[in-house]
Amino acid sequence: MISEKLIKDATVELLRKTVTRMPADVVNELKKAMKNETEEVPRMQLKAILDNLELAEKTNTPLCQDTGVTIFYVNMPQCLKVDVEKAIVEGVRAATKEVPLRPNAVHPLTRKNPGDNVGRKMPYVNFKIWDKEYLEITVMTKGAGSENMSQLAMLTPSQGVKGVKEFILNVVLKAGSNPCPPTILGVGIGGSSDIAMKLSKEALLRPIDKPNEDPEIATMEKDLKEALNMLGIGVMGLGGKTTVLGVNIEYAFCHTASLPVAVNVQCWAARRGTVQIYPDEKLKFPVHEG
Amino acid sequence: MQVRLKTPIKEEDIRKLNIGDIVYLDGIVYTGRDEVHIHALEKAEHGEKPPVDFNRSVLYHCGPIMKKQGESWTMVAAGPTTSSRMNSLEPKFIDKFHPAAIIGKGGMSQPTIDAMAKHGAVYLAITGGAAVLAAKGVTKVHGVHWFELGMPEAIWVLETENFGPMIVGIDSHGKSLFANVDAVVKTNIDKAKKKLNIA
Repeated sequence: MISEKLIKDATVELLRKTVTRMPADVVNELKKAMKNETEEVPRMQLKAILDNLELAEKTNTPLCQDTGVTIFYVNMPQCLKVDVEKAIVEGVRAATKEVPLRPNAVHPLTRKNPGDNVGRKMPYVNFKIWDKEYLEITVMTKGAGSENMSQLAMLTPSQGVKGVKEFILNVVLKAGSNPCPPTILGVGIGGSSDIAMKLSKEALLRPIDKPNEDPEIATMEKDLKEALNMLGIGVMGLGGKTTVLGVNIEYAFCHTASLPVAVNVQCWAARRGTVQIYPDEKLKFPVHEG
Repeated sequence: MQVRLKTPIKEEDIRKLNIGDIVYLDGIVYTGRDEVHIHALEKAEHGEKPPVDFNRSVLYHCGPIMKKQGESWTMVAAGPTTSSRMNSLEPKFIDKFHPAAIIGKGGMSQPTIDAMAKHGAVYLAITGGAAVLAAKGVTKVHGVHWFELGMPEAIWVLETENFGPMIVGIDSHGKSLFANVDAVVKTNIDKAKKKLNIA
């Protein structure tokens, strides 16, 4: 039976795995970057990144001190009658102590930090109901350095594809060395202002070795990646061939009078994780079990 | 050039460093980010001193994960935070407290570069996100000040040993590795635009 206790414990385990181990698709791309770089400075930075990943996994330690604010994406079986949100909140509270996570969540104006990553509307849980029998919880533990570089543009339809590409390029130029490059760009096109932002973050939940299913969008992702890597911002903004590890685009139909575009910038430490909780209490962690 | 320096660091040793040099540190390092800058400068305005002496010390832009065991703290993870958030406060901080080095990531803007040249300070870039590796160079946590600001924002007093590698990103002669990269990036924008058919 899927109980609140089971969900709470699964949330702790999910957070532990997510902050200590990187998804394979991101590690592979970092290793490719190491092969590709010839200059000493970016190679030194990439070596630190790869050594750190190994050390974090071996010692079960958060690989980056910024364990983010906890934003969850939940797929709910229709007939589940337990308070999933409450269980997740308790899971975050416990994980903050046990993993440990850095207590990041503060009041936005007083900046008061309760110390347990729990406050008004935080953790933030996005719910969807689906027709499967298991409960699926996904989390992204995203640092603020990259989140702070994210942007929204409400373009006019006449600006078109060119305007979209220009905006993405400008986001990367403005972010420069700040978001811990090489970054992954989550791009949301269309919908409305809020939907574009939401899509840009959800785009980051897709592995970077999996192009968009729409071939035209997939081409745009590939072209953007190649073009942005010509800029030379490089690892940590210290120059070199690797400025982005990937570009993931999602889109939605929008109003005929608007063209919203959102870019969510993700640092190289792109930590995401998923737990699937089955009625027989079995847990699966698809991102971390390959 | 690769050097190993012990804190506090004399001005003459800082002046020998140039951008691109590799630095390892031993001795005391203080963490401090947004709130430490704000509070230390506010206190100074009222004639009060911060709880530690930043003179010729090393300030680390870092909000670590710490764990309390009994009465003492141990460091779990301690990578750098984005230094540019402190751009508007750092020149005043350097003017007032005279640190010898600031550790961070991403570099800092021209007023900080100028303040570093004036006071003989450098900016040491350490790899962002590599938090377990950085924590390995911390051998002891001596204590914490201003804990009420929250774990990431407090001043942690760290004993370091062979802390690094760090790269001199801004030296005390007005040079910045990040500014050099920016200049290269500017010349590459047209190439990227061409590739995207938006030239």
